[in-house]
This record gives sequence, structure tokens and C-alpha cells, in this order.
Amino acid sequence: MKYMLIMRSTDAGTQAYKDIPFEEVINRMGAYNESMIDAGVLLAGEGLAEISQDSGFVVDFSEEPPLVTDGPYGETHELFNGFWIISAASREEAAEWAGRCPLGPGSKLEVRRVTEAADFADFAGNEYIRKEEGWRRDEEKLRTEHR
Amino acid sequence: MAQGRGEAAHGTPVAPDPGQAAAIRRRLDALWRIEGARIVASLARATGDMGLAEDAAQDALAEALLQWGIRGIPRNPGAWITTAARRRAIDRWRREHRLAERYAQQARGLQDAAAPEWDPLPDDVLRLLFTACHPVLSTEAQTALTLRVVGSLTAEEIARLFLVPVATMQQRILRARKTLAAARVPFEAPEPNEWGPRLRGVMHVVYLMFTEGYAVTGGEAWMRLDLANEALRIGRILAGLVPTVPEAHALVALMEFSASRFAARTGPGGKPVLLPDQDRTRWDRAQIERGRASLARADALAAAAGRSRGSYALQAAIAQCHATARRADETDWPAIAVLYEALGRVSPGPVVELNRAVAVSMATGPEAALAIVNRLGDEGALRGSHLLPSVRGELLARLGRTKEAREEFAAAAALAKNRRERDVLEHRAGSVWNGSRHTR
Repeated sequence: MKYMLIMRSTDAGTQAYKDIPFEEVINRMGAYNESMIDAGVLLAGEGLAEISQDSGFVVDFSEEPPLVTDGPYGETHELFNGFWIISAASREEAAEWAGRCPLGPGSKLEVRRVTEAADFADFAGNEYIRKEEGWRRDEEKLRTEHR
Repeated sequence: MAQGRGEAAHGTPVAPDPGQAAAIRRRLDALWRIEGARIVASLARATGDMGLAEDAAQDALAEALLQWGIRGIPRNPGAWITTAARRRAIDRWRREHRLAERYAQQARGLQDAAAPEWDPLPDDVLRLLFTACHPVLSTEAQTALTLRVVGSLTAEEIARLFLVPVATMQQRILRARKTLAAARVPFEAPEPNEWGPRLRGVMHVVYLMFTEGYAVTGGEAWMRLDLANEALRIGRILAGLVPTVPEAHALVALMEFSASRFAARTGPGGKPVLLPDQDRTRWDRAQIERGRASLARADALAAAAGRSRGSYALQAAIAQCHATARRADETDWPAIAVLYEALGRVSPGPVVELNRAVAVSMATGPEAALAIVNRLGDEGALRGSHLLPSVRGELLARLGRTKEAREEFAAAAALAKNRRERDVLEHRAGSVWNGSRHTR
């Protein structure tokens, strides 16, 4: 299974992090990332740039065409500022990794399982049937699997 | 949440309840998956005995299950288990080695669980991997032991992955440990002059594990993703342990590219979908990107060492050609044919040659490919395998030699070990007979 660890911080949390020397922040996060790479579980991860007019904006779909604005980003004043995608065998393993993230008060990790094919099993029919017809048409093609 | 309840209850006896026990079990499993290899590895290095290390670790897990149920989950569960396992190792060490005077000195050094000898060393897990894949063991035993001690899976989990009874897997692991003990295999990484072949052995085990999960050779299941994913995880761990070895990254790249197609490989009712027919939008793009990054790293390391691509790098490069073609008919077959030729020089074999024939048929045409396949047949290569007749069948069908093609497919179907593969081949034989295609 794949889980996404979504980092969210309040203004106070972001401010608290600014009081720590940036090199220290890089080192702590680096060690955390490295531990997940070494364990073979880190699949992806990015930090998001601080919000400015060029680096962040909101596309709101309540209007047609969608409206592009500078914000606000949400009701809670908690900003989404980075994510990781990890491979974990269970909810508990995802929780274990999340709990090791070097974050402080005012920061949260929201952990969400990434959907997989099984989540869409009920809706796969039509698409698959179409695909199967496609296979029959293409059967002239050479059928050796290249592993 | 189990975690919160456990911490709040720390130090306060609580009545054991089944829900809580299950929650602790799950928490322990998760923790063990993350910390298990390191704990067993440092115990094994300190005591020089992998079997003892594993038993001590299991004792500690059983103790944790009991103690945490009564006292709650400790604040630092990983450290708790490590300390408990060291104490258990000391107990076992004293019991098992008390008569051997030559161990006495070492035993005194290890009496205290806080002694520096116990502290983990950076290469402990690498030693563990080399020991689990030691050449005195059969490949089957190496695979089981690697999943057990490096992958930190239970015998039950491994048995499920290999579709064998739990007792069989427990026996296999136990026998492997006895073999290591009888051969007095020391718990250490090999001498530098043995490194090459031993590391190739480790990579071979990881890749076998992956291919076993990717396409089973017998039985009903088309693939067992869990096993392939465990192999990929162990492959990534290996690449992290030997970060300057190009082939370790190339192996990860090869597995990432192959695994990126998991979702597209099965159709309705578990029916296999072969490469040309797969819905490429279902391929995992992020996984393909990881494969590209690993192969680029392998290539850069090899270039820096003045070496050319090895077997895994060439196979990964072939997989990359497929992974980056947006449509089947955009595949760079001439490049693939060249890569197979290079692979044939690095690791010659009939399967490589057969795959080269397929690439040649796509790049140049069926006649040139049929010459390669016929030569393989004349040499008696791949006798008893469905691969040769199924490729011959395809080539003959493309040349309009329908009757011969049908015979080849029927022969291939009779030889297929996997029911699903057999279904595909029988279907193929039937459709050639009907003459509904190959009009070109």
C-alpha cells in the first residue's frame, strides 16, 4: 500500500520553524528522508516553496471559467507545505514513519492512503470491456512479454 | 487510536483485552518491519551467531507483547525491544556457550546490555544480507532467509508469498540456519577479493524473488505482487548499503520499470494482458521516473569507474525503452535489438537470444527473426519450454504460414506451466486456425 504524508503548519508553527537555523532544518529533514530511503520505503516527496504571487495561487472551480486568485488557501490558516509518498504494509507502519518526522508544535501530518486499483473494482467493467475489444483487434501484434 | 491509549497507560497496569492485544501486535509488526533487520544484525555481529540473534529477537518480541499489554507501549518502543533483545541474547549466549572457554572472554564483554559491543555498526545489515545469501545455502534457502532476517517478515508471511504451508517454510528457515551453523559460516562481509561474486549472488537472490512474484512459473495466480514488492524493498535497501555499486542501482531500476506495469498486466477475471496490448495510461509514471533515476545513477557510476553496462543495466535499459514509448508502435525496436545483442555478450543464453529475435522481428522483419529462432531450435535450446514454439508461432503467423503457426501454438500451450499462459496460447492457436487475422 502507498500512503501520502501531507505536512500542514499553522502560521505559528511556520514561525517556530523559522527560529531554528535553516541548516539545522535541512539536516533533520535530510536524516529523516535518508532513513526512509535506506529502508526502501520512500517513493516520492517534495517540499513546497513559500507562498508568493509567482510561487503559489489558487484556482477556484466555483466559477466558470475557474477563477485564479492569490488566496485564501483554506479556512484553517494551516498551510500545506510538503508531502511524502511512502510504501507501507499497514496503517501502523505508516503511522510509525509519520511519527518520526522532525516537526514541532503547530505542525501536523495528515496521513492518507493512496487509492489503488481495488478501490475502483466496481467501476472497472466498462473500461475493461472496451480494452478487451481493443486487444482482439490488435492480436496480430507479437505477443512475447519482454521482462 | 491504539498508540495514544498505550502511551497514556504507560506505567499503569491495565486489564488485558483482546482488541488491545491485537493493536499491540500490529504496532509491533510495523516496528519490526522498520527496525528488525538492524536489531538482528547488530545482535548477530556482537555474538557472531545469526541464529542466536534471531531467537533472541523473537524472545524480545514475545516479551514486548506480554509486557506492553500490561504496562502500555513504552515511549521509545524501538529502544525497548533492542534492549530486551540484547538481554535475551546474553541469556542465550551464557546458556549455549558456557562450556566453551574460548568464548568466555567475549561473553564477559557482552554481559552488560549497554556494552559498546552491542552498538550498531553501519555495515551490520550488509553482513546480514551476505550471511543470509551465503553460497553454502540453496537458492531457495537464501531467498527464505533473506525475507526472514532482512525483510523482517514472519515465516507465516513468507509461506503465504510462496504459496507453501507454514510448516514447510518454518522447516526451510530452520534448515537454512542449521546449515549455516554446521558450515561455521562467520557473521561477516566477505573478503574484498570475494566481493564481486558474493554481491552478484545477493543481487541474484533479490531478482529471483522479484521474478517469482512477477510471473509465477506454476499454479493459478498470474502474479504475486506482494513478493515482488518485498523484493523491490530489499533491492532498495541493498542499493543504499552499497551506494557506489552500479549494478545494485541497475537492479532497482529494472525492478521499478517492470513493477510500473503491474496495474496494466491483468484484465477482467485476472486474464493476463501482454505488453503490446497493455493500457499504457495505467503504467505508474512515478515508478518509471524512479527507474530512470536509478538507471541514470547506475550509468554514471559505471562511467566514472570506466566500466560498461552490466546485465541488470542492459535489461533495465530495455525495460526503459518499453516504459518510455507512449504507444506500442512507438517502441524503439532497433535500440532494443542492439541492447539484446549487448546483453547476449554479457550474459549469453537462449532466452536472451530469443528475445533478441523478437526485437529483430519488430525492427527488421519476421524472416530475419525466424532464422535466429530456427538456429536456437536446431541447437536444441529451450527444449521443454513453451517460449520457443510460441515465438516461432508468432513469426510464422506473420509470414502467413498459418498451419505451421497453429501447430507451434498448440505445442507451446501443451508446454505452458501456468494455466493463464496456457489459456492465452490456446486462444492464440484457435484464432490462427480461424484465419481471422494475419491477412497482411
